[in-house]
Amino acid sequence: MYAFGRLPADFENRNDELSLNDADATECSLGLPHSPLDPQPSTFLMATTSFTKKSLGIESPEPAVTPTTNNSANTTFAKKPKLGGGKSRKREIPEGLWTKCPKCSTMVFDKELDENLKVCTQCQHHFPIGARERIHSLVETCSFEETDAEMSSVDVLNFTGMASYVSKLADNQKKTGQKDAVVTGIGKIGEHRVGLGVMDFKFLGGSMGSVVGEKLSRLIEKSTEKNLPVIIISTSGGARMYEGMFSLMQMAKTCGALAYHAKAKLPYISILTNPTFAGVMASYASVGDLIIAEPGADIGFAGARVIKDTTQAELPPGFQTAEFLLDRGLVDAIVPRKEMKQQLIDYLDFMTTGQRKAAAA
Amino acid sequence: MKNQLDFEKPIYDLQNKLEELKRHPEAHSLGVSFDEEIKKIEAKIAETRKQVFSNLTAWQRVQLARHPKRPFTLDYLRSTFTDFSELHGDRLFAEDRAVVGGFARLGGQKVMVIGTQKGRDTKENILRNFGSAHPEGYRKALRLMRMADKFGLPIITLIDTAGAYPGIGAEERHIAEAIAVNLREMMLLEVPTMAVVIGEGGSGGALGIGVTDRVLILENAYYSVISPEGCAAILWKDRAAAPKAAEALKITAKDLLELRLVDEVVPEPLGGAHNDLATTAANLKKHLLGQLEQLEKLSVADRLKQRYGRFRAHGHYVEKQLAA
Repeated sequence: MYAFGRLPADFENRNDELSLNDADATECSLGLPHSPLDPQPSTFLMATTSFTKKSLGIESPEPAVTPTTNNSANTTFAKKPKLGGGKSRKREIPEGLWTKCPKCSTMVFDKELDENLKVCTQCQHHFPIGARERIHSLVETCSFEETDAEMSSVDVLNFTGMASYVSKLADNQKKTGQKDAVVTGIGKIGEHRVGLGVMDFKFLGGSMGSVVGEKLSRLIEKSTEKNLPVIIISTSGGARMYEGMFSLMQMAKTCGALAYHAKAKLPYISILTNPTFAGVMASYASVGDLIIAEPGADIGFAGARVIKDTTQAELPPGFQTAEFLLDRGLVDAIVPRKEMKQQLIDYLDFMTTGQRKAAAA
Repeated sequence: MKNQLDFEKPIYDLQNKLEELKRHPEAHSLGVSFDEEIKKIEAKIAETRKQVFSNLTAWQRVQLARHPKRPFTLDYLRSTFTDFSELHGDRLFAEDRAVVGGFARLGGQKVMVIGTQKGRDTKENILRNFGSAHPEGYRKALRLMRMADKFGLPIITLIDTAGAYPGIGAEERHIAEAIAVNLREMMLLEVPTMAVVIGEGGSGGALGIGVTDRVLILENAYYSVISPEGCAAILWKDRAAAPKAAEALKITAKDLLELRLVDEVVPEPLGGAHNDLATTAANLKKHLLGQLEQLEKLSVADRLKQRYGRFRAHGHYVEKQLAA
């Protein structure tokens, strides 16, 4: 009884200590601004954290992510709360300068964390990173030309649940400064001009609706036309329910565009980041010539809790992590964020060999 | 009576009364004729059925689509189609009995039929995994589709699944990839392809065999990105809000046709497919043959172009933010 889009609900399942009830966890993991742990998909961080801690035999009574206020729009990770008074040195640290790593509990200086591409300087835990920061970390300076920057979603079904789709869109646009959950464009990575699509989990849980599907399809078509490789960096809870069947059709649409891109023997690299699930995983994210994952990322089709509820089975250790997928032969490699750019250049050097030979002939 | 839905009850009550009258032991001995009453009740049944079935809500249609007596893929393979010759296995790991496929004839035409198959009782449901396929099911489907493509057989898929199976093994053998590859490869098949949602069209599990030239749907079937219960749990925080979610998601055949997400609705007789397989099967045959005739007139290039264009066109968005 599983369906797409349901799964963001299920990531917290590894952490039995989590007190969030189903509905809370669900909305929170959809990236909706509900949890006190806003604006991050904190449930995932917590889940991963607790899992890792357990496996390392480290116990900590503290919450994995420190609660934060809502106006943290400038940074994409949870900050230490402002504390009044007290004598300890730690408590004199002003708000917004330090972030506690949910994996190793180290306090990391925000500036260092930013410079380190949101990777913990101590334990290499990969924090979430926004679409634009990620693009910045990959492309050559000033080489990225964004496409369809102004495209935004419409409420085609006139959908109203507990809140209307229109208001959700407005909230998320305001919160993230993005029009929707993907940024697309053409840029240079090393010597290679590529079509680059990068998803952002902060926008409605990276859910895929018409805009995500259309922007990616246009990017792929344009890349096919211009003989360019495509790189898509995914993070998503699945299809966007608010657009009903139109969301599901984006899976066919993007895979169709990729079918013609592949027919032209052009390289497509899919990069899976924390978390990538459901409708996105069952479409463009899984048909790369290369499928690369970031360390520790949660990746799968159905959410862990749906699986547990349906099968009543005990989930194996590390289930649905990047490392688990590598062991099962489902991804080509796990590449740390800081090495991603160079690794992509290397891959593309190999993957464009035929193209270069043909051009030289 | 077993397997009846709430809103079907008035009809079944009348039918029971009718049966009772027909069997009445004293009818002959007393020389009394109940013919008059029987006629009246029959008329009442027809009227009630019409009333109930011409005003079905989205949620009622979802229930009909899940009706345990609703015809499944194999029922249509024995009625709409003839000479079904089943072919098994994905050649990689296992035989997934949640997906059936093989050669069959549709009228005079030789075709390849692939469909998700539910079970009618517990034993069958275990065999069929409740119609939820593992990766092997999708890979078997693709294997058969590629073979059909090689030998020039039109492909017809019948969709009836709550969704692809969420299980540990399914994840370990990469169900997401199995579906994704089907989406991509089905776009390039050179033979005419048609999909029919005959019951439940459950999200990616349905789409995994649904990227075809034409998408048809039976009148009381539904096709949705998420189950109404799942949507209700997330957006209403209450699974009991499923009827509301079913309405909001626009998942009925009529809604989908209006939104142009399906090409044609195959009518079911009043009372639903489960009350009259023969008529439903005949309707399905007529519609499939009609569509196939149109598709075969097109060149391969045109068919592929139209198929891509069909899916490419789905989606609603604005290019510029409207002034607030």
